Formats: sequence, C-alpha cells, structure tokens
Amino acid sequence: MKKVKIFITLKEGVLDPQGKAVQEALQANGFPDVADTRVGKYIEMTLPNEADVALEVQRMCDKLLANPVMEEYSYTVEEGIRS
Amino acid sequence: MKFAVIVFPGSNCDRDMYHAVRDGLGEEVDLVWYENANLADYDAILLPGGFSYGDYLRSGAIASVSNVLNQIKMKAEAGTPVLGVCNGFQILLETGLLPGAMLRNEKLKFMCHYETLVVERDDTMFTSGYEKGQQIQIPIAHGEGNYYCDDVTLEELKRNNQIVFTYKNNPNGSRADIAGIVNKAGNVLGMMPHPERAVEDLLGSSDGLAMFQSVLQHWREMYVTTS
Repeated sequence: MKKVKIFITLKEGVLDPQGKAVQEALQANGFPDVADTRVGKYIEMTLPNEADVALEVQRMCDKLLANPVMEEYSYTVEEGIRS
Repeated sequence: MKFAVIVFPGSNCDRDMYHAVRDGLGEEVDLVWYENANLADYDAILLPGGFSYGDYLRSGAIASVSNVLNQIKMKAEAGTPVLGVCNGFQILLETGLLPGAMLRNEKLKFMCHYETLVVERDDTMFTSGYEKGQQIQIPIAHGEGNYYCDDVTLEELKRNNQIVFTYKNNPNGSRADIAGIVNKAGNVLGMMPHPERAVEDLLGSSDGLAMFQSVLQHWREMYVTTS
C-alpha cells in the first residue's frame, strides 16, 4: 500500500482569519516572532501499490477535497506500507 | 406551481422553506429527500439552509457531489428556477453553478440577526417584486458567509449584472458587500440571508415574501395562458 498525506490550506492572498487568530494568541503567549500562520486541513489515506498517486490525488482534490477558488494542496507519499 | 425543497442529512431550514411556499405563497411544495429523488415534475428547486453533512470538509462540499445535484444541474440548464439559501448557496458555489466560494466570517463569529439588504436588480425572476435600490430586512444566520472570489470573477459578476443583493452594512467581510448572486442565465440564485424566514410580519419581517411571489409570477407569465 501507499500512504498518502494531503495538506490543504487557503491560497496565499486569501484572508485566513483562523490563522490570524492563532498567530495573535501565540504572539501574546511568548512567541512574538511567529509570522505567516495558516490553519489548514490534513487528510491521510492509503492507495493500492499500483495506483497512479499523482493522478488520483489530483483528481480527488479537484473533484472534492480542495476548492480551487480559495484553497491549494500538496501531498507526500510513503511507499511499501503493509496493509 | 410545484416547488421541491431538497433535504440533505443536516439540512435544518427545510421546513421553514416548506412553510414559506405552502403558507406564505400558497403553492404546492414537497420536502424531497436527496437520495433517489426524482425532480422531473417540479417547476422550481429550493436548496435550504443548514449544515448538510455536518459541514464536513467544507460547507456544502459533500452535498455538492451527491447524485441529486446532477439532476439539479440539468434542471438549471433547462431554465428551471433554482434558489439556494445559506447552505444552499454554499452548495451551489461548490457545484460550480455559481462562481466564488465561502470563507469563514471575517470575525470568525456565527451571526444570527436581521440585516438590511439592498436590491441591486429588480429584473430577475426572483426579484421582480422589488424595486432596484429598495432596502429590505432579511435575517442572516451563518458562520461561513464571507463571499470570496478573485478580481477577474468579481469584474465578470459586475459586467454581467450578476450581483442581485448587497449588504448595506457588510456583516461578514464579503467581497463587494455581496449577499446574493445569480448565474449568467438568471435562473440560479444563491444568497446567504434567509428570505424564507421573513414571510410574516408576526415574525419580524415579510420582506422575503416578494421573492417567492416573483418566482410564481415569472412561472405564470411563462406557462399559464390567460384569455
């Protein structure tokens, strides 16, 4: 099996009020240097070894997992996971 | 005229919508469960507010890939009026029937109160009962009603006259104060405020009733011949 980890965040330039609130709370709690905080989503799944991960992930993100109007995504793959 | 209110798991304004059509407008209306729905006989489709699928992933995202949406897309292409309110608007955005997306409210707060809307267009099938520039009182109730689109889309919305309602005092950070937009063909309207909750003076405002009356009026002009 391949383990796929997908990360979805709001696009740069799209206001992320949640990230802003988290950043302000961090800054007020002893982390004054924190910048560019963004809150996103993390989705993990397994796909069969023979899957074309790049294509599948792109299709899943375009169809459902991410909204291209406001979000962008990236992913990592771990090969050889035992089911 | 026969209306369908589409009910998803997690819809919670479906009965308000049903009540607005049955008791406010006085027309035929069914609550239609999203699975195995047959929309062939309906003259208008209403997507109600609520939290379809618990707002999982993104508001409206999972409902937008359900089978019933394929039927709704076909009805929309054929010219049937489709009105999405609140979560219904979010579903229409997620399906791509309307452009843009919803972000969380600028202040992250769920808001539930009356807003003053400005009617920007009185020449759509949903708003012929209003006058351009008219200010109406319609309640909002949402945590993710901050309408977002890029500059190109916003220009397009303006150029095609697709902005139907704006907020007088923008409560949520929506771009260009947008409260409701229509598709290019003019038969798909999405709006965050709830006209179905404003059909009786007893409950605070009846300013939403004219929207349902406009849809009925349009239908009569299209399909009912008068001697």
